Amino acid sequence: MSELAVWPVMAARTLRLTFRNLEALLITLLLPVMLMLLFVYLFGGAIETDAPEYVTYAVPGVLILCASYGASMTAVGVADDMSKGIIDRFRSMDIGGPALLSGHVTASALRNLGSITAVFAVAFLIGFRPSAGLPAWLGTVGVLLAFIVAISALSAAVGLLARSPEAASGFTFFVLFLPYPSSAFVPVDTMPDWLHGFARNQPATPVIETVRGLLLDQPVGTRPWTALAWCAGILAVSVALSGILFRRRTR
Amino acid sequence: MTDEPAVDATGLRKSYGAVTVLEGVDVQVAEGSVFALLGPNGAGKTTTVRILSTLTPPDAGTARVAGFDVVRQRRRVRRAISLTGQHAAVDELQTGEENLRMMGRLHRLPRARARARAAELLERFDLAEARGRRVATYSGGMRRRLDLAAGLVGTPSVLFLDEPTTGLDPRSRRAMWDVVTGLADEGVTVLLTTQYLEEADRLADRIALLDAGRIVAEGTAAQLKSRIPGHRLDLTAADPGAYDDLRRALGARADHHDPARLALGVATGGSAAEIRALLDEIDPGRSAVRGFTVNETTLDDVFLALTGQAAPAARATSRESEATGV
Repeated sequence: MSELAVWPVMAARTLRLTFRNLEALLITLLLPVMLMLLFVYLFGGAIETDAPEYVTYAVPGVLILCASYGASMTAVGVADDMSKGIIDRFRSMDIGGPALLSGHVTASALRNLGSITAVFAVAFLIGFRPSAGLPAWLGTVGVLLAFIVAISALSAAVGLLARSPEAASGFTFFVLFLPYPSSAFVPVDTMPDWLHGFARNQPATPVIETVRGLLLDQPVGTRPWTALAWCAGILAVSVALSGILFRRRTR
Repeated sequence: MTDEPAVDATGLRKSYGAVTVLEGVDVQVAEGSVFALLGPNGAGKTTTVRILSTLTPPDAGTARVAGFDVVRQRRRVRRAISLTGQHAAVDELQTGEENLRMMGRLHRLPRARARARAAELLERFDLAEARGRRVATYSGGMRRRLDLAAGLVGTPSVLFLDEPTTGLDPRSRRAMWDVVTGLADEGVTVLLTTQYLEEADRLADRIALLDAGRIVAEGTAAQLKSRIPGHRLDLTAADPGAYDDLRRALGARADHHDPARLALGVATGGSAAEIRALLDEIDPGRSAVRGFTVNETTLDDVFLALTGQAAPAARATSRESEATGV
């Protein structure tokens, strides 16, 4: 597809626009860091986990929170482009959905790798000491990246569905809460029984457990594969959905 | 190839649900000419442009642009055209220069060529000084110029401009007109839509009047004006009694009546003899007519005559004056 040849230009555009939207940038960077401080210092004393320090238990959860929320911002960016004259200009230049959306997803991946780095930096400052070797670190980054790409692609589809950037931002709110009913911040056993099924089997859980296992040098079993399968599934569904939605929006 | 019109559309139809927007529109634009699609809001101007620029497929009818079919050879059409819509298609958070360089890169120009092309266009559109400022800080006129410049990065041979001057102040509008005239002089084919008769008259080689999804008239400005007599005689009666007498004497010839102002309008060839004869005929006592003016037919008159309603811009003005109580 010749259209995808311009994909790096589209990614650079989206990245530049995000960096100039100061409020959005600050929120994606500060919110996860604030949440981590909140959990570690305010709730941490009251939460019992297997990990020696609560910060060690909580960091993977914060990383997923940060990644999924940051990735969901893609919905707002896509909805914004779709609501403006620029989409007509792009289409009249033969730049359609694949180039636009892959640009958004790529920019989201790069942006969120940046915010994840910031979370790690703050975590180290407040006493996070993982025992992972280089392969485990690479695995961690790989699983996080797969998760970010999947959620970004899903968000792009939601951005096509939303009629306005405001409506799309409602979705980011939903995604922000998705990691809570999982083992992100408290062990699942401490939750009410009816929540166990969802909390153990929702997509964020295998990702969090994989990241936690890899960073703390614990056996992870088949969890990485479950996590990657979820990501691949979400990505495939999102791409198919985006194709349909883009055609419907631009009729 | 050169004989073929740059735009050649026949029988374009389009409905959205139960609403019919186009009811069989034909448009032919000769290569290198400027064509204006003139009509009120909701006439179907934007839909026509969207079909011709491949963004929306027609329900029926065919269209070829730059020699290619807009549905079956969409990709080749897109390589030859550029569309500047009603809503600015530039990124507010990028500077003017960044926007144009990005467009160059999207047109697959190498980095250095994209930079040079951006500089050239910024200079030409009088934006060189504002090149480093974010578009969010630009005035309406600057934004519109940048938008048009962004559409020219790929050196299109057919340019679609959807209401290029709507909402601009008179000075920016004139600047925009100069730009369009300049492009036409270079041989670019331009199809523009407008609500302003003056704009169509000024810029276009040919004009089509679009009303409720149909082309009601087409031709040069001069041809359209000649479809109704060249001049109009506007009379003012001396008093209400005289007004009634004059109106009776004119009968069906009067195409404009305004009892409140005691005014009547009659189409005429405009020669002194003709006007003198007419006045003698309807006002033998030489007391009923208090005053008169002879005016050249405007496109407004044509619009009124052909669609049975006042021209869109004129209507907009009267609506505004009603709203402000003038």
